[in-house]
Amino acid sequence: MDEILQVKDLDVSFKTYNGETNVLRGVNFSVQKGGTLAIVGESGSGKSVSAKTIMQLLPKQNSIVNNGEVLFEGENLLTYNEREMRKVRGSDISMVFQDPMTSLNPTMSIGKQIMEGLLEHQNLSKKQAYDTAVGLIDLVGISNPESRMKEYPHQFSGGMRQRIVVAMAIACKPRILIADEPTTALDVTIQAQILDLMKDLQNQLDTSIIIITHDLGVVANMAQRVAVMYAGRVVEIGTVDELFYESKHPYTWGLLSSMPKLHEDEREPLVPIVGSPPDLEQPIQGCPFAPRCPYAMKVCHSHMPEDFSVSDTHASACWLLDERAPEVKAPVGTEVNANE
Amino acid sequence: MNNQEKLIEIKDLKKHFHLKRHTTLQAVDGVTLDIYRGETLGVVGESGCGKSTLGRTLIRLYEPTAGEVVYNGKDVANRLTKKEERQFQKDVQMIFQDPYSSLNARMTVSEIISEGIRIHEPSLSRKEVEARVHQLLDSVGLHKRFSNRYPHEFSGGQRQRIGIARALAVNPEFIIADEPIAALDVSIQAQIVNLLKELQEEKGLTYLFIAHDLSMVKHISDRVAVMYLGGVVELSTSDDLYHDPLHPYTQALLSAIPVADPKIERSRERIILEGTVPSPIDPPSGCRFRTRCPHAMDICAQVAPQWKEQKPNHFVACHLYNEDVEVDE
Amino acid sequence: MSEHRDHISEDMFTPDPIVGKEETQVSDTPQLSFWKDAWIRLRRNKGAVISIVLLLFITIMAFVGPMMNEYTYKDQQIAHSHLPPKVVGLEWIGFDGTDKNGVDVYKEKGIEDVYWFGTDQFGRDIWTRVWEGTKISLYIAFLAAALDLIIGVVYGGISAFYGGRVDNVMQRIIEVLVGIPNLILIVLFILILEPGILSITLALVITGWVNMARVVRGELLQLKGQEFVLASRTLGSSDFKLITKHLLPNALGSIIVTLMFTIPTAIFFEAFLSFIGLGLQPPLASLGVLIEDGYRTMQLLPYKMIYPAIVISVIMICFNVLADGLRDALDPKMRK
Repeated sequence: MDEILQVKDLDVSFKTYNGETNVLRGVNFSVQKGGTLAIVGESGSGKSVSAKTIMQLLPKQNSIVNNGEVLFEGENLLTYNEREMRKVRGSDISMVFQDPMTSLNPTMSIGKQIMEGLLEHQNLSKKQAYDTAVGLIDLVGISNPESRMKEYPHQFSGGMRQRIVVAMAIACKPRILIADEPTTALDVTIQAQILDLMKDLQNQLDTSIIIITHDLGVVANMAQRVAVMYAGRVVEIGTVDELFYESKHPYTWGLLSSMPKLHEDEREPLVPIVGSPPDLEQPIQGCPFAPRCPYAMKVCHSHMPEDFSVSDTHASACWLLDERAPEVKAPVGTEVNANE
Repeated sequence: MNNQEKLIEIKDLKKHFHLKRHTTLQAVDGVTLDIYRGETLGVVGESGCGKSTLGRTLIRLYEPTAGEVVYNGKDVANRLTKKEERQFQKDVQMIFQDPYSSLNARMTVSEIISEGIRIHEPSLSRKEVEARVHQLLDSVGLHKRFSNRYPHEFSGGQRQRIGIARALAVNPEFIIADEPIAALDVSIQAQIVNLLKELQEEKGLTYLFIAHDLSMVKHISDRVAVMYLGGVVELSTSDDLYHDPLHPYTQALLSAIPVADPKIERSRERIILEGTVPSPIDPPSGCRFRTRCPHAMDICAQVAPQWKEQKPNHFVACHLYNEDVEVDE
Repeated sequence: MSEHRDHISEDMFTPDPIVGKEETQVSDTPQLSFWKDAWIRLRRNKGAVISIVLLLFITIMAFVGPMMNEYTYKDQQIAHSHLPPKVVGLEWIGFDGTDKNGVDVYKEKGIEDVYWFGTDQFGRDIWTRVWEGTKISLYIAFLAAALDLIIGVVYGGISAFYGGRVDNVMQRIIEVLVGIPNLILIVLFILILEPGILSITLALVITGWVNMARVVRGELLQLKGQEFVLASRTLGSSDFKLITKHLLPNALGSIIVTLMFTIPTAIFFEAFLSFIGLGLQPPLASLGVLIEDGYRTMQLLPYKMIYPAIVISVIMICFNVLADGLRDALDPKMRK
């Protein structure tokens, strides 16, 4: 259980036109060395904000970190000043964003952009940086790497641009790669390529990956551990098998039931989650999922649930796990797939 | 399915966009298929395949470059009289993708939904129109007190419902849904899909469901057409498409979709396609998929494959299934 | 962790789902149309509010001012020339009728009439002339706005709506018009007609609306492709309805803001022309003429230039601040 990153009790607010929005309300998760953690959630869950908080990429003027720690190899990143963070970003922890169109500078050749990070963080000569960059372009599966160094982003397709972004991110062999919806804007066949690429690189470089997504299929494909976020909190965390087959939180059940199963033939109607996520500008009493939860109890409306331990690796923030709660049979997940 | 009534017959429909001199973008290049009354036909494909253009050409937002669209016995692809056009607008409606730009921010919900009513039934009094609006709001699961509110007060899912109500207001028989759930959260997508199914049963609607999410398309559709670079490469029932995909592209597409089941994911064999989609301005000769196809043969570069009914109700365009390799026409 | 939950009683764990109960997802605050929302936001902008107040005040004064005393803008009385400003009751802030050397000119010349802003070289009352001049500047403002709306919006609208070749031709015409310097046109008109309101009007008619046309075209081109416009077309909306109900209302924000910026530009244009002598001719007094008059004797008789300068500066600043405020207030992205 070697943990390279621990996020503890992270509480973040944004100042808006109308007041303050509490977007992260006590987020806890950790990443294993060399492993992949998926953070799943819908819009407003706070998954992207969590990633940006780790990297201290939130706009300083209107974001406040109210509480919490981000421990990277024991050191709290939130105490780092900008200069110290710059040494971390791109070399120890890298990030890949969703939209490859806007992640790359359209007026700079891709070779230069890849070399930028190398020159910044490693004491390489220009020639060494150039050669490394060529190697990286090859590593991410783009043919004729040498001739492509001088080309500009608009000369590449979306999928290839994302590969270049990945190349930039791994240039300095980061310990952690954070990928925020890296394939959402890509076609599904290209998505498969990029996800495979990331897994390959992970094996080669022993990098830990945090992948943020709303697609449970991507989670099943990539992750060993999963954190499910809702309204600024982690509501369930566990190994990927625990989450899909032994989930203990009604929101996770809701997500699993509302998705069509490609591999199943029975046309069961989808069971959507009624209602919409809460307005984070208002204070929330009790469990934020309670208004939409068919299993809600009295206590859920007044008290925020704690994180109940289901196993060493599995925790869920739900009052159903309290001894006093009635037995509830999960609607999903217990139907373990027969194929082994 | 063959003894059902045909609602639309699309015959070799083409839509090309002329960009500059001698440069045409062949967005839709020869689509032939039938849509049966009461069914949901799904159309899937990745970016650049032409599915959105197909939808918009069918509803006459674009003028077709060539081909026919026979609707209720009349070719609607070309010139229509004013009366025929009016009727077509009542019969065929569209639901759009982006809940944030598909509603006019300056109009109230009631004005948005009733626009069609006021155009096609101008003799109705204000009260009658308002009553209809309330009925429509109810049928899409929204409370009637929302009728004098503005779009920005609603969530994405609610806005899509308003868009659906708008389309239903003129009592269409055929609705083209152009990526209606792509911009919504996963848990809301299910709400909208269930609503569409309910409405279909209630009103006997026929749907053309355009999307890139094959799982959702398979769930909601009776039959599915797979498009690639302007053409349809395979068409069959949803179950058959999943269990027995014939076209190499369909096989690769299915293989690429990650499934929400870790054990299955761990044991899957993936078909990873090489390369990227060629440009629709300069598509490959012969079969358009040949540049990425793991089974490409010589003939694929020379002759475009024929559209054949390979199995009952299962069509495919691929040389792998053509026994006769004669080059005719 | 268990200490935290021990105080919760057993009966709290009875099921109590509220799913499916009355959905209160839509806020209960009164529904705000876009315009009401924008007005509220504009009101919060102090600069904009002050600008509106000042502009209203100046407009009222433009009509009421000259009537407040018995002088007209052109009556000459050489005996009363170059009198400094004097206001009965405001002598202590400087309106005491003394010139730069502290000499009470009124006393010296034995004049009993009081001139609030003083007089010019011909003994004409500057107060009246300033407000008459303001009237002219406001006329120019109104004219520029009207042209913008009538020609600019329609031109840009047609260009964008029909697109294709129509758009091409119309844009090329605009490019030609933009290439013609206003000044050259004015000079041409002066040669043909006389300098005056007519030649200024004509110059504005030919070129003053071009910016608005381009802005409207840009907005409409972008709006044309939006899904709600497509939806309206599939419903069978007529072209007219599309333009009036969907395109223009959504472009109105940009139109208003561009209008608010056009006005000070036009006012300044007229003032500048008058300043260099190509605008209005005496005895007509626009603010530009007055400034031109006064700037020659700026050192000795500052009052001749200061008051018209203040008025025109205030007008232009207010319009600019108001335009800025409107742009922020009408920006849909800042809605909540």
